[in-house]
Parts: sequence; C-alpha cells; structure tokens
Amino acid sequence: MPPNMSPKKVPIPEQAPEERIKNFKEVALGYTPEQAKEEATRCLQCKTRPCVAGCPVNVGIPEFIKKVGEGDFEGASRILSSENCLPAVCGRVCPQETQCEVLCVRGKKGEPVAIGRLERFVADYAMENMPQVIPEIKKNGIKVAIAGGGPAGLTCAGELARLGYDVTIFEALHALGGVLMYGIPEFRLPKRLVAKEIATALNLGVKIEKNVIIGKSIKVDELFAEGFQAVFIGCGAGLPSFMKIEGENLNGVYSANEFLTRTNLMKAYDFPNVPTPVKIGKRVAVVGGGNVAMDAARTARRLGAEEVYIVYRRSETELPARVEEIHHAKEEGVIFQLLRNPVKILGKDGWVAAMECVEMELGEPDESGRRRPVVRKGSNFTFPVETVIIAIGGTPNPLIRQTTPGLETQKWGGIIVDEATMKTSKEGVYAGGDIVTGAATVILAMGAGKTAARAIHEALQKKMNVIS
Amino acid sequence: MYPILTKTKLNNNVEEMVIRAPYVARHCEPGQFIILRVDDEGERVPLTIAEYNREQGSVSIIYQVAGYTTRKLSEKNAGEAIADFVGPLGQPTELHPLERVIGIGGGVGAAPLYPQLRKLSEMGTSVDLILGARNKDLIILEEKFSKFCKNIYVTTDDGSYGTKGLVTEKLKALVEAGEKYDEVIAIGPVIMMKFVSLLTKTWNLKTNVSLNPIMVDGTGMCGGCRVTVGGQTKFACVDGPDFDGHQVDYDELMRRQGMYKSEEAHSCKVGLKSA
Repeated sequence: MPPNMSPKKVPIPEQAPEERIKNFKEVALGYTPEQAKEEATRCLQCKTRPCVAGCPVNVGIPEFIKKVGEGDFEGASRILSSENCLPAVCGRVCPQETQCEVLCVRGKKGEPVAIGRLERFVADYAMENMPQVIPEIKKNGIKVAIAGGGPAGLTCAGELARLGYDVTIFEALHALGGVLMYGIPEFRLPKRLVAKEIATALNLGVKIEKNVIIGKSIKVDELFAEGFQAVFIGCGAGLPSFMKIEGENLNGVYSANEFLTRTNLMKAYDFPNVPTPVKIGKRVAVVGGGNVAMDAARTARRLGAEEVYIVYRRSETELPARVEEIHHAKEEGVIFQLLRNPVKILGKDGWVAAMECVEMELGEPDESGRRRPVVRKGSNFTFPVETVIIAIGGTPNPLIRQTTPGLETQKWGGIIVDEATMKTSKEGVYAGGDIVTGAATVILAMGAGKTAARAIHEALQKKMNVIS
Repeated sequence: MYPILTKTKLNNNVEEMVIRAPYVARHCEPGQFIILRVDDEGERVPLTIAEYNREQGSVSIIYQVAGYTTRKLSEKNAGEAIADFVGPLGQPTELHPLERVIGIGGGVGAAPLYPQLRKLSEMGTSVDLILGARNKDLIILEEKFSKFCKNIYVTTDDGSYGTKGLVTEKLKALVEAGEKYDEVIAIGPVIMMKFVSLLTKTWNLKTNVSLNPIMVDGTGMCGGCRVTVGGQTKFACVDGPDFDGHQVDYDELMRRQGMYKSEEAHSCKVGLKSA
C-alpha cells in the first residue's frame, strides 16, 4: 500500500474550549482506530529511523506505527511497551515536537507523523483491551532501593524488576507518580490512567513503601546497611522558587507547586466533596512561561477565574512551554502579558489586590543564548488581581544531599552524575531526573532511570560474580 | 495503613493516640512533626510528635478535636488504622543543657512542649512550666510534666483552675519576683506566642517558639507554610517548625492561618451532615 501523502496530521478530536473550561476532563479525546490507521500510513518507514534517535527511551517508532497501519494494535503495543513502561503518559505529555517528530522526514514538507498521538492511541487501546501478561521472571534476590516514585524512579524500578532484582520504591507522598500525580493537571493527564499505568509497570513484584522520606525517615547509608546493593535517587526538583518581591506572603499568593498539588493530588476542584480547598480570585496572574505556568493558568480558568494572565518577562518566541500548551491556553482565553515583569504585589486587608509590573525589552543574548530582558525605565503599571501563582521553577530538595556524606552536588544543589551511567560520586548510588538536570521533562527523567537501571545491572553483576 | 495502638481522652476536647509507625519512630526527635491522612479521601494535616517509643516503633500524637479532619480522626479507635502517617518532618529542636528553663504551654501546645522539656530535664536542666488554657478542662498533661518539672504554674482565663489570667501575666510576675531563666520555650496559639515574645524581648530573654502554619506536603515542596523570620521568608516545614520567637512576624502568620477560614467552616458543616 502506498503511503498516505497528506501533508497534515490527522486532527485529534478535542473538547471545544468553551466547553472544556467548565470541566477537568481531558482536552484531547484521542484517535479512533480508523483515524489511527490513517495517520499511521503517513509513516514512510525510513530505514535510517531518524525519529528513534530523538527518543530518550529508544522506542521502536516505525515498527510500532507499521503495526498500527496494519490494524494490529496488540502487536504495536508489544513493541511500544517493551521500551517504554509509561506509554499512555508519554503519548500525552512528551514534547514530541522537539524529540521524535522534529526528526521525522515528513516534517520537511508539511507536518511530521503524529507519533505522540499514535503512541497514546496504542497505549489506551492496550489498557482497555489487552489482558496484562505478567512475564515469568527469575528473581535474583539482589535488593535495590529507589528514592522517589516519579517518572525516573518508576522507570528504573520497572527495568530492574524485569531483570530479576528485588526492588523497593520509597515515596514521600501518599501516592506514586511524582509530578504525574501532583503537577500535571487532570485535563492533560487523567490520574486514573496514571495510576493504572504505574500499577502495570510495577506488577513485576516491585515493593512500594509510601510515606517514607529518604533523608528523614531513613538515610541512604542505612539502606545499604539494610542490605540494599544500590540506591537510585530520583526525587525531583523539589522546592519552589519565589521572586523575593514585596507582597509575596500575602494571602492569595501560591507557588505553582502548591496550587497544582492542591488541585490535582488533593482534588481541590471537587471541594467541598473533598476536604482540601483552594482559593481562586476573579482575576489571576501566573508568573512564568513554562509548561507549569500554562498548567496553572488553565487550571485557574477551570476553577472559575474570569481573567487569567500569564506574566512573562521575555517575548512569545522565548516562552519555554510547548507550542501546543500555549495554543490551548490561548484558546481557553488566557491573556498573555509578555515582556512584563512583576516588581511588587499589593495587598488589601492582607489579601492580594493588585500586581505592579514593569515593561521589559530584549537586549543582548545572555549565557543561555536568549536575549536578556531589560527593564524599560519608568514603565511601571498596576493591574488588579486577587490571586498570584508563581511558576518560575524550583531548586532541588536538600534533604538527601544534607544526609548523604560523599554525595557531590552542583552549586545550585543538583546531584552530579556521570551521564553515561547516572552514577554519582558515592559508591553504589545513582541519580536521575530533575534532581540532576533541574526542572525538565517526564521523558528525560524516564530515560535517565533506564540508563541508571542498565548501569546498576552491569555493576551488580560484576560485583556479585566477584563475590561468588 | 498505620494501626492505632491506644486512644486516650485527655479532656472533653483533646485526645491522644499512639500509632505504630516504625519509620517515624526510628529517627524522630523532640520538635519534629508528622503529616497524616485519616483515610484515602482525607486531607493532609500536620501534627507535632508528643512522644515516641523506638523499640515499639510507635509515635504518640495529641490533637484537639476542632475541624473536619480531627473529628474524622476522633471517630477512629484503637484496633483500627489510619491511611497515611509520614515523618519525621522538620528540624529537631536544638536543645542544650542550661541552668534553668521555663516552658509555656498554651492549650494543646502543651503536647509538643512535653518532649522538649523532658529532654532538657534529662540533660540536667532545671525546668519550670506554665500551663495555660481557657478553663480547667483544657489543661492537659499536668501529671506527666510533674514527673520532672520543678514548679508548675497553671493559669486559666476563667479562673476555674490555678490563677485566673494569662500565661504572660504569670511569667511577668515570676521574673519580676526575681526568678532567673536562661531560656523560654513557648508553644501554643500564635497570639500567645506573640505576646510571650514581646514580653521576653523587653528582658532580652531568649525565647523559642514552634509554629504550625498551613501546609500540604511538609517536605518543602509547596511553600504554603512560608513565614517571615528576621525579615526573611522561611518554610516552616523544612527550616522549622522551631524559630527564635523574637524574629517571627506573628501578624502575618495569623493572617495566613486564616486563609481558608470560610472553607473550613463550610467543610465542618458538610462533615456534620454526613456524620
């Protein structure tokens, strides 16, 4: 069959903006089997597989897409899930446009193949229709500890369990998933689906210890004393940064972490049917321009805010968020205040009442290569808001580095690793994900977890052979 | 799940639970706290650790039945279990052997004060105590404190027990009568800690307080618990909960604690309906 030469992706059905801002249900509805087959036939099945090189976990992309085109969705799922233990998650939140899809040959003339949408389709199909096969695994009895049940830790745990290791995940919160559960909103990544995919990834006998904080409840050295042969640290970027401007401790100012954790993990959008509340004003300013800022702004709209502003100090081209998220935010009526920087939050009776900003312009490129925003003198202006959400990133939680002698970290707190193995300066300790890179993506964290799992396997095989 | 080993009523409104939580019991120290969720639908609520038993792997919490979650907790009994119990959180209190220290416990604030004073006493410090509450019923742990405290002074707002008046009046009277203390540890309602700190500042008498702001995760992730201490923003969950009482912005703290007042009233009513 000749390939489908349509220059455009098969569009994915979505909830209409005016409808979806009234609910927390998923925005994108997913392909039907017919749409998936049609899109799959746009793949040219290049022998050079450029797309695979862009995937941090090396999914066999042309191979699974070929199966989709043939209508063999189960076959597609087997190929996909052999390399990616969270495909329903990745199909939704991976930045395909800068990873696999950007390398797609079809993208040179028209749109690339919709790899992300196809991945999502296959994963959803498998979850609904395929009974889970639990592979027979020969256990080797070697204990490995994973600190943090987010994307990096889950991947590392899943990989090591497949290899026969006796894996325990220690998670600080009451639910596994890390940012997938507390950060990314329901309307982008339904929690029911995250929980199900995690359960599948871990049902190879991975033990789960929730409510355990490595560095507080138990220290890394104690894990070794308890017989763990290796420890993987994947505990995320942690502490939210604030701007250190006047008025930041007024009632009504949230970190994006708190705002999203209340809404997602604690389901505050359903208050008072759940006990955790969240405050939302009629007018909301979200400071920052990344995916987290978009998530916060779109969440604020759904919680009933009438005017939601993104306040970002550079211009639209520098917005770090995915184009798709910016597009969705605009569709939902989020107002972009670009080249603006907050200097003060003004209060009334202890509550946020307004925000004072300055206008910025772009000057010479800075060390990041982006043009540095410079304040336009005398451009101060004030606009009324009742809620401010600070989404400017964070710094690694210091708990583990403070309680683990011999673990070297960067000045900003990130753990230093050898990127080929994710090995840290401390014997037997590996690390990956945001705790190493600073805030990045789910898939990069998963890639790091996978790399670490392989390196741990290699090192422990060597060590055990020497011993026996 | 975390089994409830024992449950004791300390007064009409305050209860103590001993909960099996080996990971908390193994490292916790005076001054630290835990976060619990009563059931799978519950909210996360921080409570200070009152006592612990490392051999038994158990931790004791003391709570006032006041809002939605503490009422849910109070419906549970020994033999049952609660869904989540995580810790130890926060920094342990920095306790050094001193000549003489006076503790001030306001209402249920006596609970977190107890392990701190006991440890000081074990270090050889002479410990006095002022217990204050609205009325006699709300005074807790007096007998336990009496095992190691040299002098215990009780004050109640209505005079139903001890001296009628406020803890600050008692402290002022003691110091003006010539009693000498190296340090004050005050734990209770924010308004009490504020006025104790204002008073001790006039004498330049070092005062430690333990703060209990609103928080979600308790590990530094949400930043909801930020307090201004010495002009700088601190996260009570990871930098505290203990701070130098003379440096804390209490007015801001009280304001932030009231952030969900209308919602709290609402969920209490909802809770009543379902009960």
